[in-house]
Amino acid sequence: MAEIELRGITKIFDKKVRAVNDVSLTIADEEFMVLLGPSGCGKTTLMRMIAGLEYPEAGRVVIGDRDVTDLPPRKRDISMVFQSYAVFPHLTVFDNIAFGLKMQKVNKAEIRRRTEEAAGLVQLSPYLDRYSAQLSGGQRQRVAVARAIVMEPSVLLMDEPLSNLDALLRLNFRAELKRLVADLKTTTIYVTHDQIEAMSLGDRIAVMREGQIVQCGTPMEVYEHPATEFVGGFLGSPPMNFLRVRLETVDGQPRAMLGDHGLPAPATLVDHGSRDVLLGIRAENIEAIPLEGGAAHDGLVSQTLVVELLGSQMLVTGEIGDQQIKVLVRADAPIRAGDALLLRPEADKLRWFDAESGRSIAGSATG
Amino acid sequence: MSTVSQQPDSDDGFRSPRQARGRRHMLGRAGLYVLATILALWVLFPIYLITITAFSPRDVVREYPKRVIPDEFSIDSMDFFVNSTGVLPSLWNSVLVAVITLILSTVIGAPAGYALARFVFRGRDPYRLIILSTRAFPIVILSIPLAVTFLSWGIYDSIWAVALMHTALAMPFTVLITSSIFVSVPHDLEEAALTLGCTPLQAFLRVVMPLALPGLAAASIFTFVLSWNEVFAAVILTLQERTLPAQVLATLTSSPPHFRFAAAWFMLAPSLIFIFLIRRYLLGLWGRVSR
Repeated sequence: MAEIELRGITKIFDKKVRAVNDVSLTIADEEFMVLLGPSGCGKTTLMRMIAGLEYPEAGRVVIGDRDVTDLPPRKRDISMVFQSYAVFPHLTVFDNIAFGLKMQKVNKAEIRRRTEEAAGLVQLSPYLDRYSAQLSGGQRQRVAVARAIVMEPSVLLMDEPLSNLDALLRLNFRAELKRLVADLKTTTIYVTHDQIEAMSLGDRIAVMREGQIVQCGTPMEVYEHPATEFVGGFLGSPPMNFLRVRLETVDGQPRAMLGDHGLPAPATLVDHGSRDVLLGIRAENIEAIPLEGGAAHDGLVSQTLVVELLGSQMLVTGEIGDQQIKVLVRADAPIRAGDALLLRPEADKLRWFDAESGRSIAGSATG
Repeated sequence: MSTVSQQPDSDDGFRSPRQARGRRHMLGRAGLYVLATILALWVLFPIYLITITAFSPRDVVREYPKRVIPDEFSIDSMDFFVNSTGVLPSLWNSVLVAVITLILSTVIGAPAGYALARFVFRGRDPYRLIILSTRAFPIVILSIPLAVTFLSWGIYDSIWAVALMHTALAMPFTVLITSSIFVSVPHDLEEAALTLGCTPLQAFLRVVMPLALPGLAAASIFTFVLSWNEVFAAVILTLQERTLPAQVLATLTSSPPHFRFAAAWFMLAPSLIFIFLIRRYLLGLWGRVSR
């Protein structure tokens, strides 16, 4: 039970590669923080520095009230679940889970009680006498989790714990993990490259790219108001649509023009300076209407390229000029490849980004 | 073949590049097997002759032509050899020297192997190469100065002198084999132990060692065999306290043929058995070095 504070953490590999670059982040007590990013963004390295398995070139790691930067892992009151699970092959499930308690010289009865309790939490009770080689991948995963939570650490670290499981198992275990961690109330840091995992598990998500945190916020904040084009594109499936539009003033009103068609743009955008901006809109926030003859004003016209049925919904890929746009519509919508569509994005879901830097344009959010 | 077929058929003389490559591959493999068979015979046939002669009655030794399939079995020669003067004490010396060598080389070499396996340090690859190249240094040149040094230390003509020499000889293998063993123990396991309250030493003893133990056992058997078979240094560095190979060599010229065969077999058998047991780890060793 502790707050974690990272102050200006930098990790440099081989004297030149900045794996983590001046990262500062505060994780509240009992919070579930997800570090999300593509592979190589430094998220695992950042976690390993919190665990004490890597030493930062600069910056401090504070857990609770203690500066633990110079302490070895065993003195940090943390537990870690490894991506490979790292279940000791020469020990039984029981001895794996009890390993940390034995190191702490907890008395035997207590070890037995706590180990059995932890095993029960992850449904491993029938397997306590088995060895790692006799377990399935999902069971090994459970051993790794039980081994970490049995320590009752201040901080629970999980490095892509679900990435080696198959899809169905992952879905089940995700929900189980969420319940488990919510019950334990342990401050948790969870590393993943899977945006769905991040959205579903995290109290907050820190999106990382190239060794830095690009945005940190609740899943809804990050999803709805991405700070950069990268975040909008990384979260969500399909990723956020980005359209390059041109700002013009029509009848005294600012409009974002795409070819002959346009959408109303917020007045604040005009102050931004550049006339070329990126319009971000999520696929599920666009209404698609089959275009019948008449000219359309408030909306964009697209030519449908591909229609993919996803089961509950249908994903329509269209083209506006030379730019692609993806729209999610009802599965039974009467749309076929080649159809012309009038697309009407929900006005309060429009997001505006600087075309050069990809950064969200401040004050432009209308929602 | 009356039906029209547009597809090239392997029967009609047309060969696709893949088939041509396949055929060449087959030829290459066949050649390899022939060579391997010749090499194996080259090594195995003398071993076979030694074995049957060692276990035949003593008068068979001088027989010519040799019988390929023996018709009599006898342990007279072996019995005679084992009970000859000096054989049992030298056998005991050999065992002692081998055990000391094994302990010393493991205690000194395994940490080096661990360092090579786990840590990235400047000059790691040259270090690996230098370790191996010490093997190329001729013992002949090394032995005389060593004999002088050991004389001044007062350990000349003792099992310690031979054991020290053998430790030096075994060191490259110990370091490289143990390093390949430690590499095969996932680093994650060690790190998991660190996060679970272990000091680095505890993590090594509680997690790495139990997992490395079978491999380490194999490596130590290899060291044992190396020491068991080594004769040159043993002869140079001892006069009375001879190891078995040195004893055999010293008495070879003055002993009857069946004694020689029995001695040869006695020296040969343990090595063969041990090398057979650990060959998997040896392959692993060379795989790593050539990388």
